[in-house]
Amino acid sequence: MRRILFLAQAEVLHIVRDRTTLAQILIMPVVQLLVLSNAATFAIRDTPTYVVDLDRTRLSRDLVARFASSGHFRIVGESVSLARADEALLEGDVTLALTIPDDFEASLVRSDAAPLLLTVNAEKGSAAGIVQSYATRIVSAYETELGSRSRIDVRTNTLFNPTLDYRHYMVPGILVALVTMIGTFLTAQNIAREKELGTLEQLNVTPITRGQFIAAKLLPFWTLALLDFAIGLVVAKFVFGVPMRGSLLLLFASAGWYMIAALAIGLWISTLVETQQQAMFVTFFIINIYLLMSGLFTPIDSMAPWVRPLAELNPVRHFVTISRAILMKGAGIREIAHPLGALAIYGVVTLTLAVRQYSKRTA
Amino acid sequence: MTALAGLLRKELFHIRRDRRTLVVITLLPVLQVILFGFAIRTDVDHVRIAIVDPAPDTATLALRARFEGGGVFRIVAVRPRLDDLETLFQSGDIQAAVVFGPRFAADLRGEDAARLLFVIDGTEPNTGAVAQAYATGVVQRYESEGTGGRAARIVPEVRMRFNPTRESSNLFVPGLMAFVLTIISSLMTAISLTREKETGTMEALLVSPLRPWQIIAGKVAPYLAVGFIVIVGVIVEARLVFDVPLRGSLPLLLFEGLLFILVSLSLGILISARTSSQRVAMMAALVGTMLPTMLLSGFIFPIESMPVPLRLLSLIVPARWFVEVARGIMLKGIGLAYLWPQTLVLVGMALLLLTASARSFRERLET
Repeated sequence: MRRILFLAQAEVLHIVRDRTTLAQILIMPVVQLLVLSNAATFAIRDTPTYVVDLDRTRLSRDLVARFASSGHFRIVGESVSLARADEALLEGDVTLALTIPDDFEASLVRSDAAPLLLTVNAEKGSAAGIVQSYATRIVSAYETELGSRSRIDVRTNTLFNPTLDYRHYMVPGILVALVTMIGTFLTAQNIAREKELGTLEQLNVTPITRGQFIAAKLLPFWTLALLDFAIGLVVAKFVFGVPMRGSLLLLFASAGWYMIAALAIGLWISTLVETQQQAMFVTFFIINIYLLMSGLFTPIDSMAPWVRPLAELNPVRHFVTISRAILMKGAGIREIAHPLGALAIYGVVTLTLAVRQYSKRTA
Repeated sequence: MTALAGLLRKELFHIRRDRRTLVVITLLPVLQVILFGFAIRTDVDHVRIAIVDPAPDTATLALRARFEGGGVFRIVAVRPRLDDLETLFQSGDIQAAVVFGPRFAADLRGEDAARLLFVIDGTEPNTGAVAQAYATGVVQRYESEGTGGRAARIVPEVRMRFNPTRESSNLFVPGLMAFVLTIISSLMTAISLTREKETGTMEALLVSPLRPWQIIAGKVAPYLAVGFIVIVGVIVEARLVFDVPLRGSLPLLLFEGLLFILVSLSLGILISARTSSQRVAMMAALVGTMLPTMLLSGFIFPIESMPVPLRLLSLIVPARWFVEVARGIMLKGIGLAYLWPQTLVLVGMALLLLTASARSFRERLET
């Protein structure tokens, strides 16, 4: 135990001495969390909209006003020319073109059914589908107001995130991603650096065992990562108002276990490669998969069927699920048993791999 | 000029000799585009729902069948009471629940409005909102068919311009190309320069008669060739694997791709010219640029919904401009007539970054 502590102490000295790196570790995640959480949103605000109102009646103007006042759409142009609307779509300045045919009001009065054309610029990524559903919702709300009395009274109850605030969903996820990136990167580079400097040889001739060596390398970074996680949670709570419905103790216990798994992967990379550059390439590849296949930004349920099992192998995915469930849904240990179990297996496997791979002779 | 040719030859030797890295550099983007092209999707389908039906009846069964039949919802649990819905929601087993009122069928035949509660998991707002819109549609269609005609109806026809089927890969693959190209290109040059610094040959370069811009050109040009191979590979893949349309001109797309790679390579050169410690440079390159490129390029999240400061910030992200260009050429089939502003911005960025890196070399020479 004392040996582990001595080696860990050396590691801590290295980190504390290098002020730039320390600042990067502690400040960069907070800054990125503050800035990027606002970027990761599928919520539609101020969608630029072009209106072609060929009808120009009270009802058609009324409908346009509904769009303008909803907050989701911003009318950026209006004319009676379909060609101009198409031009605006091609330029990419507008995302939605709303065309009201010239018999809009007349048909509503006469035959109870009025046509309406919504042209969505579907090039705009995932926004297109959401724009469509917002627009349809405005139209049907207007329709109801015009006096169609419904036989079925549909109410909607939104659980866990009643205001549908994207940041509450994204902040816990991005925090996990940042902590993972930093932790993996630092550990991946660590042993590779000792190899380059030749100090690994010195360690190999000491009586320290492989398990002790890995433990001592893990401990300081594990503490740092958890510290980062705690700072991030404070930011989440006080800046973004992310709800914390579940037990923080459970969250930190899971975080502690998760970080062992994540850092062990970093150490494993570090024992595999020869130079820091190779470590960077491999880490880059793994972090890319971590981020894009974790359900962090896009839902796992939407992925192609054959990719989903691959996502199951991603530890970030499990911890993102856990932290969202605990913070937003107030889940207890029973509800997160599945991802927690996956992480437990993960941790054991990667630690074993890291210890096995590190051989004192071939360093 | 012969000096420059010499440097170019040396760089080509370096690239050719290190076969393994060359293979990694060219294959990695192609692999990643395949993997992520299938992984990054936002279609909302197979939403897992629970039905709470206290008094099953032909009416509720018919509506349940509607929910099941649309292909959007998948009923995973049917319960008589609300009891354990909370646990199902918390563990993520269900994403929404349809709760029939206790007198649903009777009310539907009688005078009172029949009551239906739709409970959605709002944790992920997008899925929640889309599921709600679908559910409302299902109920409305059921109702209008059952009761025949309503007081007023507006029939919106929705046209998805440029991507009528809303195929997810059409939306994400052009953006993904931009993302993967940025990262791989800036990594390539960052590594090529650090190697010179490490082995001490940088000093030799600096005292040679080569002018700073020649050193930069010698470093960038060979990788531009490698980058071109990568672009061709990625475009072929987009066409063959994902069947993304290419409505515009191929030469223009290749040209813009090269221009974009030039920008990313210059960024890599600048990072490596400005930083002294490898760890700081790598942290800056990886952790500092990866998430911003991913989030602020508009490749996943729509830029126009972001707050104003972030929209301004996205203007300096090169990938943002190339995402617009790639989508414009591939999906819309537009040419320079529409894309000249984006092209100008990319040209400007390349010039700026190259000048800045040439200058930082000169500074090193003088000190």
